[in-house]
Amino acid sequence: MKKFLAFLLAVMMLAALVACGTKSALPDTTPKPGSNINEPDGGAAVAGAIKIGGTGPLTGGAAIYGQAARNGAQIAVDEINALGGVQFELNYQDDEHDAEKAVNAYNTLKDWGMQVSLGSVTSTPAVATSVENFEDRIFAITPSASAVAVTAGKDNVFQMCFADPNQGSASAQYIVDQKLGTKVAVIYKNDDVYSTGIYETFVTKSADLGLEIVSTTTFTEDSQQDFSVQLGDAKSKGADLIFLPMYYTPASLIFQQAKSMDYAPKYFGVDGMDGILTLEGFNIELAEGVMLLTPFNADATDARTTGFVAKYKSAYNEVPNQFAADGYDCVYAIYEAVTAAGVTSDLSASEINDLLVAQFTTFSFNGLTGDNMTWGTNGQVTKAPKGMVIENGAYLGMD
Amino acid sequence: MRKLQKHTVNGIFTYALVIVAFVAVQWLIRSGNISSTLRGQLVPICAYVVMAVSLNLTVGVLGELSLGHASFMSVGAFSGVVACMSLSAAIPSDPLRLVVGMAIGAVCAGAAGFLIGIPVLRLNGDYLAIVTLAFGEIIKNLINCLTVGLDSRGLRFGFLKSADALNLGEGGKVIINGPMGISGIPKLSTFTAGFILILVTLFIVMNLVNSRAGRAIMALRDNRIAAESVGIPVTKYKLMAFVTSAALAGSAGTLYAMNFSTIVATKFNFNTSILILVYVVLGGLGNIWGSVIAAVVLTILPEMLRGFNDYRMLIYAIVLIIVMLTTNNARIKSIPAWVRSKLRKGGASNG
Repeated sequence: MKKFLAFLLAVMMLAALVACGTKSALPDTTPKPGSNINEPDGGAAVAGAIKIGGTGPLTGGAAIYGQAARNGAQIAVDEINALGGVQFELNYQDDEHDAEKAVNAYNTLKDWGMQVSLGSVTSTPAVATSVENFEDRIFAITPSASAVAVTAGKDNVFQMCFADPNQGSASAQYIVDQKLGTKVAVIYKNDDVYSTGIYETFVTKSADLGLEIVSTTTFTEDSQQDFSVQLGDAKSKGADLIFLPMYYTPASLIFQQAKSMDYAPKYFGVDGMDGILTLEGFNIELAEGVMLLTPFNADATDARTTGFVAKYKSAYNEVPNQFAADGYDCVYAIYEAVTAAGVTSDLSASEINDLLVAQFTTFSFNGLTGDNMTWGTNGQVTKAPKGMVIENGAYLGMD
Repeated sequence: MRKLQKHTVNGIFTYALVIVAFVAVQWLIRSGNISSTLRGQLVPICAYVVMAVSLNLTVGVLGELSLGHASFMSVGAFSGVVACMSLSAAIPSDPLRLVVGMAIGAVCAGAAGFLIGIPVLRLNGDYLAIVTLAFGEIIKNLINCLTVGLDSRGLRFGFLKSADALNLGEGGKVIINGPMGISGIPKLSTFTAGFILILVTLFIVMNLVNSRAGRAIMALRDNRIAAESVGIPVTKYKLMAFVTSAALAGSAGTLYAMNFSTIVATKFNFNTSILILVYVVLGGLGNIWGSVIAAVVLTILPEMLRGFNDYRMLIYAIVLIIVMLTTNNARIKSIPAWVRSKLRKGGASNG
């Protein structure tokens, strides 16, 4: 009886699967958000388009990053398609910030016929998918997966963002060069690849430069609501600058709690801090004077940035963050390489791969997130970090 | 006599189900009709099937709710991968190394299960559920603090230290790097390995359930006081089921980890434990082949729902709710009996 019932259920679910399967076989008919921007033909699949696929967390806790990268990439694709030359088609799949789901998403894209890959948005999934990229010989450039393991040992995987070690050492260098502080406290998230990676290189570089770290405290995913212990430690040891290699949600709580305990050190963040001004319910006065090292500034006045920000705002009703800019730059970098190498959509993924790898290791690219970016054979990008400070609720370039 | 037959039929059906599925998928692979998505999911599916069957031993057969099953998977994954990566010179054969890795994963997870089981199994019901949940989180956090490296002197362990503090010698490499987990895992897992592990798991679990020990375990589930009064040693049999379940989860963890190039401890959190519990509850408590089907279907389902884009997870949740509701609906439950009576009548008139 019970078993019969279980069997019946299984049959029902299989029926549901079949129903869904037929739908997913036609991904091109589903409207993609933002695909109608600047696109006269209404955003349907473009004939002879090069298929670009990417995975990112579109749902769940890290969704804000995945969605931003996807939206940024979509705007770039729409702009390029409107030019009329090389045509692109973009497909972003949800990976829920999980390695297993990312590989599934990657395989879905492979079934779809992906020719060029945007890798994964976040680090852990990107480490898993980059191996697949390497084995399948599909070229990948990830917008924002910053772990070293993403590119290590893979000739055809590139990063648009700084690798974690570069951020840590660049931050230490910047603090010393600009004489921002003498006694530094660090609070980092020790169950997070991104945060730990930056912390470790920051410590190494600080030791080289003679920067004194007086307090090092940690938190985890489960304990990121209360920072009184960490702040108390920094305060009692007289730290005048707190280095925060983390995303902006915990950072916003740190600012709040430091204020309530009458502690006003300088704060220095990294690119994960970008986005704090658009955080809902956050009192932006708290972020006054916060410094951060980020490659992208939404308030920059050059024509390209203002154009991008305006388009992003009208399409998605928010100010683009660095992830969106990274996504945008990735598509444009692919576009320039594709044009230079004369890639056409009828080439196979591995042929495109060889052409693009040759281009990326030799050319230099100007984008929203930096000028004269170059890539080494290890896949890591070389570009100048921009120091920003928050003043009157807006980012301001520091140099 | 009838009881025995039922067990045998049930067992044959379960093995047949798994073998037919394996042959069908192999045929699909040979003929090239399989999508990359499904092909990439084969090994995780095998791992989840083993997880579901092993948890069914604790939840369905022993009758204790465990919310920390993913932590045993985690122990097995990390220890198995460390073993496989450090034995790469000693055992050149990939399948053999995978088997050794799985065995080490199973032993480590079994040992963790034993250590946890001693205090935990003195508790009952809700208390046990809460404590297993806590142990799951503890294991996750311990692995987050662990660094392991390999150099010419052998394995080096560090706790709450960065990878640099391991002082690895010339040519040394970091295997477990704290919260960053392991990256650069060689892909040793294959669908065939997963299939064999499922068969071994089914063999162990079904033989245990149908043995003298299994009957003692089920007696504990049905009425602990009565079982104790007839002289069944409670702790011994509870531990037996719990440790077996943990060890199988450990080998599943190794299989799972050796399929992806990276694993992190946070993957094996509370959510994963619940996910596996959902497989077990959906497949039916104590129903082994139900667990197999539920694990397969619920692993494939979210991927099949990709066509719904942003509404995917919402629809997955709705499907789960509908399935859970229908399993408790008396009218739907009466359908199989009705179908059977119709069939019997039809058979009688034809014959």
